This record gives sequence, structure tokens and C-alpha cells, in this order.
Amino acid sequence: MKKHILVSLKLTAVFIIICSVIYPLVIAAVARLAPGGGRGQTLPVNGKAVGYANVGQKFDRDNYFWSRPSAVGYNAAGSGGSNKGPTNPDYLKDVQARIDSFLAHNPGVRKDQIPAELVTYSGSGLDPDLSPAGAKIQIPRIAAARHISEQTLRDLVDQHTEHPFVGMFGPSKVNVLQLNIALDNLK
Amino acid sequence: MNTEITGIIASFLITVLLAIPLGRYIAKVYAGEKTFTDFLSPLERFIYKFCHVDPKKGMGWKEFLKAMLTINLLWLIYAFVLLLFQGHLPLNPDKNPDMPADLTFNTAISFLVNCNLQDYSGETGVTYLTQLFVITFLQFVSAATGIACLVAVFNGLKEKTTKNLGNFWVIFTQTMTRILLPLALIMAILLVFNGTPASFDGKDTITTLQGDTVQVSRGPAAGMIAIKHLGTNGGGWFGANSAHPLENPNYFTNMLEITAQVLIPVALLFAMGIYIRRKKFAYVVFGIMTVGMLCLMLPTVISEIRGNPEITRMGVLQATGAMEGKEVRLGPAASGYWSIMTTIISTGSVNSMHDSSMPVSGLMQMLGMMINSFYGGCGVGFLNYLIYIIIAVFIAGLMIGRTPEFMGHKVEAREVKIAALVTLLSAFVIKGFTALAAYYFVHHANADWAVKPANWLNNPGYHGFSEMLYQFTSTNANNGSGFEGLSDNNPFWNITGGLAMILGRFLPIIGPVAIVGLLAGKKYIPESQGTLKVDSYTFGVMTFAVIIIITALSYFPPLVLGPIAEYLNMH
Repeated sequence: MKKHILVSLKLTAVFIIICSVIYPLVIAAVARLAPGGGRGQTLPVNGKAVGYANVGQKFDRDNYFWSRPSAVGYNAAGSGGSNKGPTNPDYLKDVQARIDSFLAHNPGVRKDQIPAELVTYSGSGLDPDLSPAGAKIQIPRIAAARHISEQTLRDLVDQHTEHPFVGMFGPSKVNVLQLNIALDNLK
Repeated sequence: MNTEITGIIASFLITVLLAIPLGRYIAKVYAGEKTFTDFLSPLERFIYKFCHVDPKKGMGWKEFLKAMLTINLLWLIYAFVLLLFQGHLPLNPDKNPDMPADLTFNTAISFLVNCNLQDYSGETGVTYLTQLFVITFLQFVSAATGIACLVAVFNGLKEKTTKNLGNFWVIFTQTMTRILLPLALIMAILLVFNGTPASFDGKDTITTLQGDTVQVSRGPAAGMIAIKHLGTNGGGWFGANSAHPLENPNYFTNMLEITAQVLIPVALLFAMGIYIRRKKFAYVVFGIMTVGMLCLMLPTVISEIRGNPEITRMGVLQATGAMEGKEVRLGPAASGYWSIMTTIISTGSVNSMHDSSMPVSGLMQMLGMMINSFYGGCGVGFLNYLIYIIIAVFIAGLMIGRTPEFMGHKVEAREVKIAALVTLLSAFVIKGFTALAAYYFVHHANADWAVKPANWLNNPGYHGFSEMLYQFTSTNANNGSGFEGLSDNNPFWNITGGLAMILGRFLPIIGPVAIVGLLAGKKYIPESQGTLKVDSYTFGVMTFAVIIIITALSYFPPLVLGPIAEYLNMH
């Protein structure tokens, strides 16, 4: 038993050095070569970072493409979803309220055209994306708010649609922050 | 939707295609044959010399388990101390506080036992020091512990009669240096180049395009995210785990992470076939496990793609499936597939919030953890399956009227008793603790605790019951995922969860190692006409039937009260 304790102590020390010191330092060093240098990739506007490419932001003004509702208000100091069960009556009321609010801000849109992601919380609360349909349904509202033609906006969404990984795997999506930066640049 | 289906099919095929050569390599490593990683042997020799380990000295099953338990006890104390005082230690740029005692109890056990249940949130509950020195460290060594115990079982099954199950220290060290560290390094680098942070900078503050001021948590996350999947640990750097866009930035990383967590458990099966020279046995086990996986996975993926019927009734378009708790870049198919893989494999990392899954998915996730041996966690998956095999051998023996035998050794009362005890223990822990929680919820709803029982559920009705059932199923299975709506960071859940985790870890490891140790010490009986062939498909189906019967008998009642009632109510 005593022998096991001594071996345990020494073996633990060795692997603390390997797993907790050398391993993360090697990765941090390699990460300096990666985009963003391992600190996360930011997107600049006029030389100033306005956000992280992968981390979603809150957009709730009529002249921007809205992002999804978020359980953490897009403050990435934390993260998380609503954790509401699919039959929870309070939750279903919340969803109904989000549908009503969306319809009020987007006159002319029918209920059965609203993609579910626009009225549900994401898992992280920081979802940076929308489906192409989720962006396109908002075009009439933005066109009216910014006095831009709907066709220009449709082209913009198409340009910013990211297709499935190697064309075969996973959904198509649009990064909302990148789309809105491009939207500001249209003027 | 089609590209989502091809995405999950490809993820599974890639896993199997990688697991075959990896299994061959793993078998060579433990057999001491030449491999391309032999350049590491000077490092290993140095470790043995420094630690006074004689690599040639074998261990009997009792000594093997003593060595394993001693070092695990040491790690528990080490983790406990560091977490308790983390606020006063360096590498804490976000100024996170010390961990309270009950949460420390839960967290130290959770990572020691490869469970990785997190009653804290990564952004605020731990520091960079404890993320690396406690969590990442334990993620490596707990996986290596599980694998080492499985290799001891392989050693027992390999020889006709032996008292030597191998040297724990040597097998453990080789698992670290030859398998886990190289794979984790490759994976971490792939993650870093896809946008996962790896630097030591603290939180960033940013003014968004719309003019809001927000903060963004970061840190040296990539290394931990690699081992969290490879070691079937599952504890996330960030609170939202692999749903977080920095932890799992795109569909490629999603495929990488879901492949990584299934890879070693499957490769170990193939390694077993080569190592104990019973390839057909390994293929039959793999086949049965795959059938079990499909039985759980297909209904889950289908129900997630179909969307939430309650939302359909509101008239909203669910072209992208049930999106509550899911990420657009991953979609419902990959989320459903992940939720089953992570529950059958005891990883417990999530890329969608299981609390918001459809009732069918919740049912399948819980079944995955209750069975806990379709592939299963690093090492422990097959150990759990072995328990079912022993019971199947026993029942088959009774049916054909012969003394039950397993791989040339008589299975007698002692072995069957151990197997039965391990099986019954899970049912006792899960249902016992869930009953206790439900009792407090109903009868002492206003008890004056940190969180009143009435407030610890995030959802009413059947789903609320599921939250409690899921928590104990997950802790007992050492899975670590949760129906996260449950307010679990308080003394009741921290302490009961900690106890369930430690019971669910060590007895299911000690049991199979002891069984094989006992069997291997017995006289070898050569195969004859009347021998029960454990590598036949008939016996595979028999084992599958045993799994279904035990699971149904043990868990049908609580499942009816939770997800099944919710499903019926919804439709």
C-alpha cells in the first residue's frame, strides 16, 4: 500500500506537468498561427472590432437582420439555453408572444412563413447564424426601413449564405453579424 | 435536410473507418509490439525509473485494483483542494471566486469518475488554473484509468489460466503517452484552426454593431475540448458545452467532436478482437452494440427533424425541425445524433439542450444511459457489457442445462453474484435517489435549503419529473449531461449527485475486473461440442435480449411517469 502511494504521487506529478503545463502551452503556441491567434477571430468595422465572427450578437432593430432570441441576451460572459420542455405551457405562451411580436414588426408576413428558429432560443444563447429562410423572411421590413430594393437584399443574403460543409454535410446558414456589417456597407 | 442526413451517416462511417486502424494500433501497443510511436519509449522508461515502477512486474487482480484505487483517491484529494482555493491561486484573469464546499465535493468527484456533470458554469465557476490543473488533468487520467482496467480484463481473457492482469502503472502510462496525448494534440490543433480559443487572455469587452456592450469569455479551451471528447468525459469549457459557438464553431468541428467521442470506445472493441485473438467475438459485440445504437438513434433523429407538435399547432414553419435549444449551424439531425451518441457513450457533452428535446428523444437519451454499454465510455463501456454477458451466459447455461462457461472458464455462483449486484446497484441508485428527490419536492417543497425543492424544477408536470430522473440516470451512468433546467447547484443535488457518481463508477469497474480475475485463475476447459459459443450471433442476440429485459424490468415504471407520459400527453 505504501509503495502504491509513493508511485501514485510521482506519477501524478509527472502527468500534471505533461497534461496541465506542456500540453496547453504547446497548443497556445501553435494557436498563434491560427486566424485570430487563438484569441478568437474578430470582425472589424473602420478598424475597430465590433464582435467575434463566431459569437452571435443581439440585433432587434427594424433596420438590421434580427438574430435569434437568446436566453442570455447575447452577453457571452455566460451561455445557455432556455431549458424549457416542449410541452411547458409558460414556454408555449412565450413562443406565441414572440410570434405576435414578429408579425407586428413584419407586416405582410404570414404565420406559417416564420421559420421556427426566429421564435425559439438557441442552445448556447449565442447562436451566430440564421437559416437562409430566416434571413429572407425579414427582407421586406429592412427594405422599407432602409429604402433599399428587396432584390438588392436578396442578393446580399445569397452572397452571405454559407453552403453545407464540402457541399455535402450539414445545413446552409447565414452569419447574422457578417450580413449586417455588409448591410451597413451598402449605403 | 438531405445534407443533414448525409452529415450524420458520414460521421458514423468515418468513426468506424478510423476505429479499425486505431484498434489495430492499440492492440499492438498493449502487446508490446513495434509501432510508429516507439520514439516515445525513452520518455516512458524515464517515467518508470522516476516513479520506481518495474515495468516487467505483473499484478494480480486485487493488487491491480488497489493501485488503481490508491491513485484515484490521491487525485480526489488533489482536485478537492485546488477547487476549494482556486480564487486565491494564479491564472484567474476573470477573478472567479473559490468554489463552495458542496459544489467542490460534486465537481471533484464528477471529473475523477469521468462523469463531468457540471453544477457550475465554466465561464464563472472555475479559473484557468483549475480548468487546466484539475479538469483537463482529470479528463486525461480518468479516461486512462477506465482503459487500463479494460486492458486488465483483456489480459485475463487472453490467457488460458493466469494470475497476471498486467501492471496498472505501465498500462496507464502507455494509454496516456501512446493514445490519449497524441490524439488530443492533433484534435486540439484542428479545433484551434477552426476558431476555438487557446490563449490565456481573459474576458474581452466589446461594443456590438448595434451599440450594446457585452463581454466574451475565452481562454485556453481547445486542449480541454479535445480530451473532453476523446476521453468520453464531456465537461465543457463554456456553460453551453459544445452548443457554444467557440467550443464547436462549425459543422466540421461538430463532425470532429462527435467522431472523437465514439472513436476510442469502438477502437477498443476492435483492439480486443486482435489482442485476445477472438476477432469474431469482437465483431459480434460491435454488431449488437450498433443495432442497439440504431434503435435509440433513429427515433430521436426523426422526432427532432419533425419538430415540436405544440409549435406546429401554433402554425409556425418548422422546416429546420425542433429548434428550441439547438444551433442553426448544426441542425436537428446532427443534434439528435449527438444526443444519442453522447448518452450511450457516457460522454455527456451536448451540442443542443436535452431539456428541450422532444419526449421521444428524452426517453432514448435516458435509455442510452441506463443501458450504458452500447459502445459505452472509454474502457468502462465494454466492462458494463461484460456484466450483461455474464448474466446471459448464466441464463443460457440454465436453459441448456449445463454449467455456464465463458471463454473456457466455469462461471460459478461468486461471479454471477457480482454481476447481479452491479446490475441491481444502478437501478437502486437511480430509482432510490429519484424517489428521494420527488419526495422532497412533494412533501417538503418549502424546506429551508439553499434552493427550495419547489423551485428546483424548470418545467412542470411529467417533464419536471424527467428532469430529476435524468439527473440521477446521468450521474449513475457517469455520463454528465443533464436536463439543465434543474437547479442543481445546491447542497441536495451536489451531495446526492456526488454519491451517485462515485457508486456508479467504482463498483462497475471493480466488479468486471474481479470477475475476470477470478475466472482467469480457474482451470481452462477446452472447447467441446457442448460449449456455449459466446462468439456466435445467437449468443449476441441472447445478450441483447438480456439487456432489454433487465432495462425494461428496472426502469419501465419511472420512464412511464416521465417521458412516456409526456409523449402521450402531447399527441
